[in-house]
Amino acid sequence: MNKKNLLYYFKKYKVAYAYIAPFYILFMVFGIFPMVAGLGLSFFRWDGLGSMHFIGMENYINLLTDALFWKAVRNTVFIGIIAHIPILLGGLILAYILNSKLVHGQNLFKTIYFMPMVTSSVAITIIFANLFGYNYGLLNYVLSLFGKEPTNWLGGDGSLIKVAIIVMFAWKWIGWNMVIYLAGMQGISNDIYEAAQIDGASHFRIVFAIVMPLLKPIILFTLIQSTIGMFNLFTEPFVLTGGLGGGTNNGGLTLMMYLFSKAPQGGNAYGYASAIAYVITLMIVIISVILNKTMGREKA
Amino acid sequence: MKIVKKCILYLILLSIAFIMLLPFYMMFVMSTLSTNAIYSFPPVMLFGGNLGTNYVNMVKMINLPRAFLNSAFVTITYTFLVLFFCSIGGYAFSVYDFPGKRKLFALLLFTMMIPSTAGIIPWFIMMSKFGWVNSYAALVIPGCANAFGIFWMRQYCQNNVPISLMEAARIDGCSEWLIFFRVIAPILKPAYASLGIMQFVNMWNEFMQANLILRKERRYTLPLALRAMVSDRGTDYGALMLASTCAVLPLLIVFLCASKYFMDGLTAGAVKE
Repeated sequence: MNKKNLLYYFKKYKVAYAYIAPFYILFMVFGIFPMVAGLGLSFFRWDGLGSMHFIGMENYINLLTDALFWKAVRNTVFIGIIAHIPILLGGLILAYILNSKLVHGQNLFKTIYFMPMVTSSVAITIIFANLFGYNYGLLNYVLSLFGKEPTNWLGGDGSLIKVAIIVMFAWKWIGWNMVIYLAGMQGISNDIYEAAQIDGASHFRIVFAIVMPLLKPIILFTLIQSTIGMFNLFTEPFVLTGGLGGGTNNGGLTLMMYLFSKAPQGGNAYGYASAIAYVITLMIVIISVILNKTMGREKA
Repeated sequence: MKIVKKCILYLILLSIAFIMLLPFYMMFVMSTLSTNAIYSFPPVMLFGGNLGTNYVNMVKMINLPRAFLNSAFVTITYTFLVLFFCSIGGYAFSVYDFPGKRKLFALLLFTMMIPSTAGIIPWFIMMSKFGWVNSYAALVIPGCANAFGIFWMRQYCQNNVPISLMEAARIDGCSEWLIFFRVIAPILKPAYASLGIMQFVNMWNEFMQANLILRKERRYTLPLALRAMVSDRGTDYGALMLASTCAVLPLLIVFLCASKYFMDGLTAGAVKE
C-alpha cells in the first residue's frame, strides 16, 4: 500500500479510526512500553536515580538463591491452591443447590453471597484481623466453646497467618464463582438433569459427570481469573501484617509484597524488582497455558 | 424424605449465608463499642452505646469527608471516561468497516490476556516522570479506554444497534458524531449501566495502585485512609470500625437496592465469553 493510498484510507475511515484510537494509544504508552522497558530493566542494576549498570542475567540468577523470594513463592502458591478448594467446589455446590428446584429464595442467597465483592478489601481485612484476634477474637471464642485453647492466628511463628488470608480470599470469591457457575447452569437444559435423575444418578455424580464437563469453559475462565488474583494477592496480607515483610517469619509474605519491598515502596532495587515482576508474569502465563491445555477449549 | 433433603439444603445455604453476613454484622456492632469492649473476652455481640465517642475519635484521626470526596471524584471521573471511550470504540468495531478491523480487534482481545504485572516498575517510573505521583491522573488515564470495556460494548452494539436507524439518520444529514450521540448512545443505556457498575466498584475499592501513587494524606482515597488508620500506633478500634462502616456502607446499600444489576454487570464478562 503506497502513501497516497494510506492517506485515502485514513480520510475515508477517519471516524472509525478516531473512535478506536484512544485504546491503542493508551495501550502503547501505558501497556506495551512499560512491559518492554520492564524486560530491559530486569537486566540492569539501577537505584532509580544514578546510572544504570548492565548486569545480564544476574538479577535472575540471584533470584534463584534468594531464600525470601522462594518463601514468597511458596506462600503465594500454598494460599492459592488451598483457597481454590472452597471457591471452586463450594461455588459449584452452592450453585447446584440454588439451581435445583428444591429451594426458594435464589435471589436472596445470591445477593448475600455476593456482598463481599462490592466491599473494600481493606475494610474486609480490618474486620477479619479482629475476628482472628488472639485474646478477643470471635473465632477463638467459638473454638473455646469446644474446649480449644486460644490460637495465635496472626502472630505465633507466623505460619497460621496463611489460614486467615485463605479464609478472607475464600470468603470474598466464593460468591463470585457461585454466581458465574449458576448462570452457566441455567444455560444447561433441564432435561439433562431430569434424565440423569431418572437413571438414578446421585447428585454428586451429576455435578462431577454432567455439570462440570458442560461448564468447562466457564470453570476455566474462573480458574484463570483466580490464578491471576492469587499472584496479585497484595492488599489483604499487606494490611493484615501491617507492612511489606509479611509478619512473623514472613509467614504472610506474598510475591507482590516482595516485589514492592524491592521497589518502589521498600527499597530502590528497580532492576531486581523488574526481574521479580517478569518471573511472576511468567508463572501466570505458564499456569494459564497448562490450564488451557488440560481443560481443553473447543474454540480458541 | 423430601422434607429432610430440603431441610439439609436450607441448612447449608443458611449457614454459608450466616458466615457471609457475620463479618458485616460484627463491623456494625464494633463501630458502636468502646475499644475496651472490643478487646473483651468473650466478644460483645450486641450493639453498644459508644457510637458518638467513636465518631469524635474517628474525625480526629482521619479526614473522612475528604477521603470520601477524593474517592467519589476519582471513581466518577474514571467511570465516565471509561463509558465514553469504550462505547465509541466498541461501536466503531461493531458498525463500521475499515481496513485492518479484524487484526486490530484480535490484537485488542489478545491484550486482555497479558497480565499487567510485567510492566509495573516502569509504569511507576513513568508516573513519577510525568509528575503524576500524588495525582489522580495516574489512576484514571491509563485504563480509561480499556480492552474489556470495548469488547463488552461491541458485543452489545452487535445485538442491539439497528443499522437501518443509522442510515435513516445519515439520510437526514446527521454527521457520524451526532448519530452516535443522538441515536446510538440512548440505545446503549443498559450496557452503560452494567459496564459502569463494574468499573465503579473496581475503582472505588482500588488499593494497590493508589497505594503506590498517592503518598500525600490530602490525596488519600477511602481505602488508603482506612489503611493509614490501621498503621497508626495505638489504633482506636471502635473508630476504625466506624470508618470501615462508612467506607463500605454506601456501596453496600446501593448494591442491596439493585443487586441484580450489580451481579449481571460484574459477572457479565465471564458468562458472555
